[in-house]
Amino acid sequence: MTTIAKAPPTAAPPRTPATRPRDRAPIWRAVRVAVLLVFVVIFLIPVYVLLVTSFKPLSEADPSQAWNLPQVWTTEAWQVAWEKLAPGVWNSVLLAVPGSILSAMLGSMNGFVLSKWRFPGADVVFTLFLFGMFIPYQGVMIPLVQLMVGLNDLTGTQWFYGAIPGLTLAHVVYGIPICTLIFRNYYVTIPDELIEASRVDGAGMLRTYWSVVLPVSGPAFAVVIIWQFTSLWNDFLFAVFLTGPQSWPTTVMLNNIAGAQTVPYSQQMAAAILASVPTMIIYVLLGRFFMRGLMAGALKG
Amino acid sequence: MTAQTALPPARRRAPRWLPGLLLVSPSIVAIAVFVYGMLGWNFKVALSDQHDEITPGKFVGLENFVNLWDETRWGISVRHAIVFTLVFVGGALVLGWFLAFLMEKGLKGEGGFRAVYLFPMAISFIATGVVWRWLMNSATGERAVGLNALFGMFGLDFLQWQWFRDQDWGMAAMAIPAIWQMSGYVMALFLAGFRGVPEELREAARVDGCNEWQVYRYVVFAFLRPVTLSAMIILGHISLKVFDLIVSVSGKQIITDVPAIFMWTAVYDSHDPAKGATIAAYIVLSVAIFVVPYLIWNARREKRQ
Repeated sequence: MTTIAKAPPTAAPPRTPATRPRDRAPIWRAVRVAVLLVFVVIFLIPVYVLLVTSFKPLSEADPSQAWNLPQVWTTEAWQVAWEKLAPGVWNSVLLAVPGSILSAMLGSMNGFVLSKWRFPGADVVFTLFLFGMFIPYQGVMIPLVQLMVGLNDLTGTQWFYGAIPGLTLAHVVYGIPICTLIFRNYYVTIPDELIEASRVDGAGMLRTYWSVVLPVSGPAFAVVIIWQFTSLWNDFLFAVFLTGPQSWPTTVMLNNIAGAQTVPYSQQMAAAILASVPTMIIYVLLGRFFMRGLMAGALKG
Repeated sequence: MTAQTALPPARRRAPRWLPGLLLVSPSIVAIAVFVYGMLGWNFKVALSDQHDEITPGKFVGLENFVNLWDETRWGISVRHAIVFTLVFVGGALVLGWFLAFLMEKGLKGEGGFRAVYLFPMAISFIATGVVWRWLMNSATGERAVGLNALFGMFGLDFLQWQWFRDQDWGMAAMAIPAIWQMSGYVMALFLAGFRGVPEELREAARVDGCNEWQVYRYVVFAFLRPVTLSAMIILGHISLKVFDLIVSVSGKQIITDVPAIFMWTAVYDSHDPAKGATIAAYIVLSVAIFVVPYLIWNARREKRQ
């Protein structure tokens, strides 16, 4: 070992430009792939557990068989889990679909103005928006609950506190920063000449937005809608503070199912999978856009 | 501004930027009210003696902020948050960096690897918590399930432990699911960072006699500093407000209490708005301390480019 380690570093690799570093050491490359594969297995352990446990009948709940495949495959747990979860899933759809579309529309308008139709102080406004992306929502929760209760009283309705429209409103508002950021970073890449040409042609702001900017906004809309849909679907904090039994979305329902000690593991796992199906489908089909949203979260597109 | 002054004084039209401001104004109002207004309102409650939900409170200064430190539970939850943050941020950074490092020069099936490492990001902490609670079940020996049972199967019984129920290091165990969920994200950030290093620079360093390690040491890692900072900020602010994951894995138990859980019970179990608001204010301050300088730094950096 020591002799190898002491081999002089001056035994330099050949410097022909054609040999990129990746071609130099096939062993190193195999090691890399092997290590990455080990991590793939580790990352997939929870998935294995979820699937295997969810198909087990109650009779196989014994700890000694915990890691085994089911001897008898059954969808019993899935049926029970679905019955318990279904009302929450419906609430989540009512929350996440309109919520993500509204967020995208607002984000698009803000992003357009803050990148292409700027007003004095636009940078300050943008930075103040960004802070809203990082605030721990605990810091607004107590006043927010009071405000929603107040809005219920004021309007004489039950739309705000303890209801899906109120929860949607909260998500749309607190989603403004990230949505604005994604659209702004996207619109920055539109050449200024295009906007200027439209101005010269006598188009006003709305006209420019509508016929120059909006037609090329497709990808950014995809990113923002996917991002918001995923966060709205997966949110627990707002839901637990702002909703009641009638309006609990999937995450709260799932937590109630799984938190009850009496519910068998098979049902908990089946419910957890069911609750994750919509976002997983999006991830598998549209992972590309999902990635871009993630990268935007790091501020630089 | 200059465009405005260039206009002939006779035609005093509205400035060109005005419609832009109008279009954004609903969002400005919403952010002003819901972010800054509510943060201010929360501080107002935290500075009052509103210890039940009916009687309006009056101003008592920093009394709540001081008194909180006399509570044993607060000390515990702060300690837990620190342990969790150190393990989670450190773990996710190291693992994410390592995965990106292994992948950065490209390999067959890279898309597949990335998809696997990243998919946990698409799942809620609540769903994640369901399976991790099972995996980190504290039963050992005959009754062991989850990872303890897996260790048993491979004759690694000495690895069996209490996981998140451990008196001292329970919060380190609690960070494991969070690392599992977020390290793929860190990997993606670092991978973009690695790929952003111009190949000519690496080649130049090689020509200057650097070996491959020195190329990393002196060229590549220097390029990764901003990415590392961004990743730390993102992970740090997620960590300090961690809530869903802990609720899902262990509920409201003191053994895994953190400020966000404490705040929740202060509001809904103790019905003490002032106390809840005080805890929330501490969470906000702990995040703002590093996020505000980061945002200012980021804005300046963008202006320079």
